[in-house]
Amino acid sequence: MDTRISRRALLKSGGVLVVSLGLGRLGERVVRAQPAPADAALGKTVAADAVDGFLAIHPDGAVTLFSGKVDLGTGVRAGLRQMVAEELDVPIARIRMVEGDTALTPDQGSTAGSYTIARGGVTIRQAAATARGALLRLAAERLGRAATDLEVVDGVARVKGGGPALSYGDLIGGQRFDLPIDPKAPRKKPADYRIVGRPVPRPDLPAKVTGQHLYVHDFVLPNMLHGRVIRPPAIGATLLSVDERSVSAIPGVVQIVRIKNFLAVAAEREWNAVRAARALRASWSTGSGLPDRAALFDTVRAGAVVRDQTIAKHGDVTAALAGSGRLLAATYQWPIQTHGSMGPSCAVAEVTADRATIWTASQATHRFQSAFARMLGLPKEKVRLIYLDGAGCYGMNGHEDAAADAALMSKALGRPVRVQWSRQDEHGWDPKGPPQLLDLRAALDAQGEIVAWQAQAWLPANTAGLPHIPLLAPEAAGIDQSIGQASGMIQQNTDPPYRIPNVEAVVHWLRDTPLRPSNIRAPGKIANTFATESFFDEVAAAAGQDPLAFRLRYLADPRGIEVLQRTAARLGWTPRPSPQRADPKGSVLRGQGIAYVHYKHDEAYVAMGMEVEVERGSGRVRVRRVVCAHDCGLIINPDGLRSQIEGCIIQTLSRALLEEVTFDRSRVTSVDWASYPILKFPDVPVIEIELIDRPDEPPVGAGEPASAPVAAALANAIFDATGARLRTVPFRPNRVKAALEARRA
Amino acid sequence: MARFSLRVNGVTRSVETDDPNTPLLYVLRNDLGLHGPKFGCGLDQCGSCTVLIGGTARRSCVVPVRAVGNQPVTTLEGLGTPERPHPIQAAFIEEQAAQCGYCINGMIMTAKAWLDKHPRPTEAEVKTALANNLCRCGTHVRIVRAVLRAAQALRS
Repeated sequence: MDTRISRRALLKSGGVLVVSLGLGRLGERVVRAQPAPADAALGKTVAADAVDGFLAIHPDGAVTLFSGKVDLGTGVRAGLRQMVAEELDVPIARIRMVEGDTALTPDQGSTAGSYTIARGGVTIRQAAATARGALLRLAAERLGRAATDLEVVDGVARVKGGGPALSYGDLIGGQRFDLPIDPKAPRKKPADYRIVGRPVPRPDLPAKVTGQHLYVHDFVLPNMLHGRVIRPPAIGATLLSVDERSVSAIPGVVQIVRIKNFLAVAAEREWNAVRAARALRASWSTGSGLPDRAALFDTVRAGAVVRDQTIAKHGDVTAALAGSGRLLAATYQWPIQTHGSMGPSCAVAEVTADRATIWTASQATHRFQSAFARMLGLPKEKVRLIYLDGAGCYGMNGHEDAAADAALMSKALGRPVRVQWSRQDEHGWDPKGPPQLLDLRAALDAQGEIVAWQAQAWLPANTAGLPHIPLLAPEAAGIDQSIGQASGMIQQNTDPPYRIPNVEAVVHWLRDTPLRPSNIRAPGKIANTFATESFFDEVAAAAGQDPLAFRLRYLADPRGIEVLQRTAARLGWTPRPSPQRADPKGSVLRGQGIAYVHYKHDEAYVAMGMEVEVERGSGRVRVRRVVCAHDCGLIINPDGLRSQIEGCIIQTLSRALLEEVTFDRSRVTSVDWASYPILKFPDVPVIEIELIDRPDEPPVGAGEPASAPVAAALANAIFDATGARLRTVPFRPNRVKAALEARRA
Repeated sequence: MARFSLRVNGVTRSVETDDPNTPLLYVLRNDLGLHGPKFGCGLDQCGSCTVLIGGTARRSCVVPVRAVGNQPVTTLEGLGTPERPHPIQAAFIEEQAAQCGYCINGMIMTAKAWLDKHPRPTEAEVKTALANNLCRCGTHVRIVRAVLRAAQALRS
């Protein structure tokens, strides 16, 4: 057994939960939280409205934060600690953290939507403020002084200016607060912050860069089997027969698991499981349920609509578009994309007759607790999901499916099972970011003012009340689960952020979408902003206006204006209409582009500027420089924030330049990094970020917003360089070259 | 059952395997408990599994254990520890050059072999050296900075 795991134990000490995290070392240790029958006896509540749900103070003054939100690689493991350390007045190094364990942490919803700091962290901060108030009252009582005479320094309450003192450990160590979170508990003033707002290093990096960090991929249990699931050659195919003799020569193949169309092999040793999965001969029915990829967007446009939803409406768009002004129209298309996690999904499950424990990198352990209970035929309280880090998922990748695979296999085999997906499994079977189709129309009046703006979007509907995205294993095994589809709030930002007298944005919600969809980073909003901000540039070009000045003319929000102005200043924006005319004959064309988003219309403000070069002969696009001004309110960890913005920019440049899931009529055909290439080091631009801190504004999310304007800024820069307008992603060289040739023709 | 003697991180280890073509990655992770190298693709495409074999960066997902022979193997764990990180590891911490961290093994091990031969790299050269290592979180600019910082630290 892995010795690192044996060190991690859940200990009972003085009636309070102590989680051994190896704090003495630089690297964070992920807790090996035993499926502890002691949990109930310990009295650890997971109530999301109780201080004890989130915080425990130990006799030695250490603090454990129980967070329902998890660190998917985003760095909130630092940010959430900062918020607690600040509000509780304890050194950050004294805070341990347990994440996403359904038995130990409150249900704070899934870790998605850029809400970890904005919602999860704000709740935790209020719990800490409530706790600090309670501790001060306790200290005042014990010291016989008024609470207002006391101050807290590094977890010690003392009389101001020196005198008698009591540490948090003395005051409450090992005992519960038994307090609801008080929404009115006074918090520190931002002006007094000492920890929030400063760059704090991530606690997990020393272990991550030395091979000591525990990922779910590394987690092992005694007596554990290695499982591999054999997916059908066509989506929805029926398993007809299995030739078990085809793997009989492979040593240590314990069993073939076959439950209707769920087919898996288990072996004592992992490589033998891999060999068996490859060698196992099975015959399947054929399947051809997928549309013709060449006509994907025709299929989307012709899809069955379950309902139309008006996202925004003011004025009279129909009348304004029918007026005497100049009419513009364009269609934008965003392809199906995959999350593309570097580590294929993996999970470990231990299912017995009366309980189940599942170790998973799921972004939604609480949400899936009921789903796994239902799948396994167990009461919800007997099913525990424990979060362990995976490779970054950027939405719902295959983590939950791998967990379901492992759970089903463990139940069938009566032993713990680890399932590790292959690269082909991950690219082929993780749920996908769905295709998005948008039609935009606008009218300019005789003075060149925008008088009407209309957006229509064709997006897959989110099934009402769907508890979770259906999983592959129960579907294959014929186990009842809720049927439907969901891909997040993909309708947001379909309407423009500008003051235009007549606006209408309508979503045609589609009953179906070709491949199982899920949420992928900044769900929907990257494509919607691509369409909105590209089209705004088209309108600006038609009006003969500088794209930056044209935006500022229609923008009222001072925070929006500021990010645009700061981006333009840093980029060295040249005010002029696009496209540039300086060098129309050169072999390399250079351009500038800008785009803006007010994320979800009520979160972060982001402007993105780019300098690009386009090779006329090859159609190859090189992004030279990206400038981003970013305002997400109060900044918790500026370095963590920069890291997230950099990630948003690079990942979305990759998606915009290169990425498209391919498929035939049966299945996905882009199943590795050769058929689904992503951006590589030589193509990564210089990135310059301007952070705007607003300490008196609430902190809003930063894991997604900077993704939204990337593709539009890129398309606008390509247009500026070449005069060719790209309206379909990805901008691979052949597509760019075709657009350049079409423009010349 | 085939038996192999491997010299890994300076220690000679004996391993048994049913299949002499078992990729080294599985032996390192499952038999020797070395989790620095990661399974990323099994196809020699991403670099997450990179180790040093005889000083050369190799993709352990496609190196059969029988092919290792007497050459010394170094994994991420063999470079340093959280308490005593190798200068390259220290540079990655200093630059906060990881998000999920899954690819970082490949970045550090590839950089180690490459910096041994290219002690004074430019930024463009670092990017080229890492061109076949994939990162999905978008940590590239920090990784490049970390390698440049490490190069400087290793020179001084």
